[in-house]
Amino acid sequence: MITETILTTTARLLSGASVRWVDSQPDTCQRVYFANHTSHLDVILVWSALPHDVRKLTRPAAAKDYWGKGRIRPYIAKVYNAMLIDRKEIKVHQSPVDIMIREIGRTYSVIIFPEGGRSSGETVGSFKSGLYYLAKKRPDLELIPVYIDNMNRILPRGEFLPVPLLSSVTFGPPMWLEAGETKVEFLARAREAVMNLRAREKDS
Amino acid sequence: MTPIQLNWALAGTIVMLLTAVTVIGQLLARQPQLGLNPAAVNAFNARLRAWWIICCLLSVAFLSPGVTILLFGLISFWALREFITLTPTRQGDHRALFWVFFLFTPLHYILVWMNLYDSYSVLIPVYGFLFIPLRIAIAGDTKRFLERVAKIQSGLLVCVYCLGFAPALLDLEYGEYADRSRLLFFLVLMSLVSEGLQFIGDRLYGRNVISANINGTKTWEGMLGGAASTALVGMTYHMAFKPFNELWHTALVSMVIAVMGFAGSMTMSAIKRDRGVRDFGTLVEGHGGVLDRIDAICFAAPVFYHVAKHLLVP
Repeated sequence: MITETILTTTARLLSGASVRWVDSQPDTCQRVYFANHTSHLDVILVWSALPHDVRKLTRPAAAKDYWGKGRIRPYIAKVYNAMLIDRKEIKVHQSPVDIMIREIGRTYSVIIFPEGGRSSGETVGSFKSGLYYLAKKRPDLELIPVYIDNMNRILPRGEFLPVPLLSSVTFGPPMWLEAGETKVEFLARAREAVMNLRAREKDS
Repeated sequence: MTPIQLNWALAGTIVMLLTAVTVIGQLLARQPQLGLNPAAVNAFNARLRAWWIICCLLSVAFLSPGVTILLFGLISFWALREFITLTPTRQGDHRALFWVFFLFTPLHYILVWMNLYDSYSVLIPVYGFLFIPLRIAIAGDTKRFLERVAKIQSGLLVCVYCLGFAPALLDLEYGEYADRSRLLFFLVLMSLVSEGLQFIGDRLYGRNVISANINGTKTWEGMLGGAASTALVGMTYHMAFKPFNELWHTALVSMVIAVMGFAGSMTMSAIKRDRGVRDFGTLVEGHGGVLDRIDAICFAAPVFYHVAKHLLVP
């Protein structure tokens, strides 16, 4: 609890994040937050941006090969109640989507980064299919697009020291998998939703 | 009166004046039949809230020089964040920015705290300004090189170097500590007063816009009228608190603060217009950023510091 408060406050101060909800509201119902990914701090940032009661019911999906290493990272992952997903070894009935569905059960929401890895931040990369299967297997989940702005300047790929600029996290309106929508169409639409939040951010 | 008693008197006066203006502002906001522009009244009231915050924070200056310098250091740090966030940088600037935030900014304020004028007056404009292009050159990205260097240098100059001269007033060789802290209050107070008077002057008498591309509300009438009336306020202040030896010194310094404050908000407006934004930050939603509130003080501080040094120190 204390560690959680300290981490959340530090993350907020370091990233100077302003949080915006566009056409959507924080809610404790089961959701999938899917965000663009440019920095290792993104997980902490999105999680810290949620209100406390929502945060308690939200688990980020984190890469096992990064967050499982060393002493500090697994500890942070534990504080954040993260589910560590193995990106490398994928077994039958142990696919990341299966693990996520099992871990969230009927209570938790999940934060995922469907680009699969970190992008440069200039644009949003194409989405991996995990989001589609998640939406197909659990059609009751609300899918919330999230756009993280400026984190690529705060801690770019390949740098280990952060520069304390100001970032922002924008949550968009919920979406679902439409009837008869193909995987390619759906993933393009989901990416479009994140891009729209980005365009909005650049205009304002 | 002793210097300490004078400080109490000043604090009391400021609180009374702020309260009075706040009451007027609230009354105006509730009287739509007066036909005042509601946007202007709201802008004025928002500014007033910022003044309350500034005056409350600044009251630590009466208590401790160390904490005051720390406070200004934090404000510089935050303003620089807003400045760099708004100006596009590339990944090649990352390491240079790291040193700007975590070496030059704290070091400047540590030198101010140690009262090493010879060091802090050259640290940023000489050593910092040589280091930044070097570090960016080492990173190997040549695209718009000079432009990126200039952006970081301007940010550091305005947000850190210039603002640092405000708490440096506490180290001047003049009177007791209480007198010097009142000098800092005089600077901040006069730049707020001139901001307010220029705002009123622009709204009531503004005819000739200075530069419509930069700021459509700033007029010659507001600027000159604001500077003249700030000098009058300064002279009133002089009757009670006597910051300088001669009345005309105080009037002149007040006018300098007003003109430099105008210069600050004009320059910062140019940057904001270029980036296509209204405000630098969103620390409090709808109230602009820290840099939007302190731009006038940033420009006035170094000039005030040097004028005060020459007028006060024999």
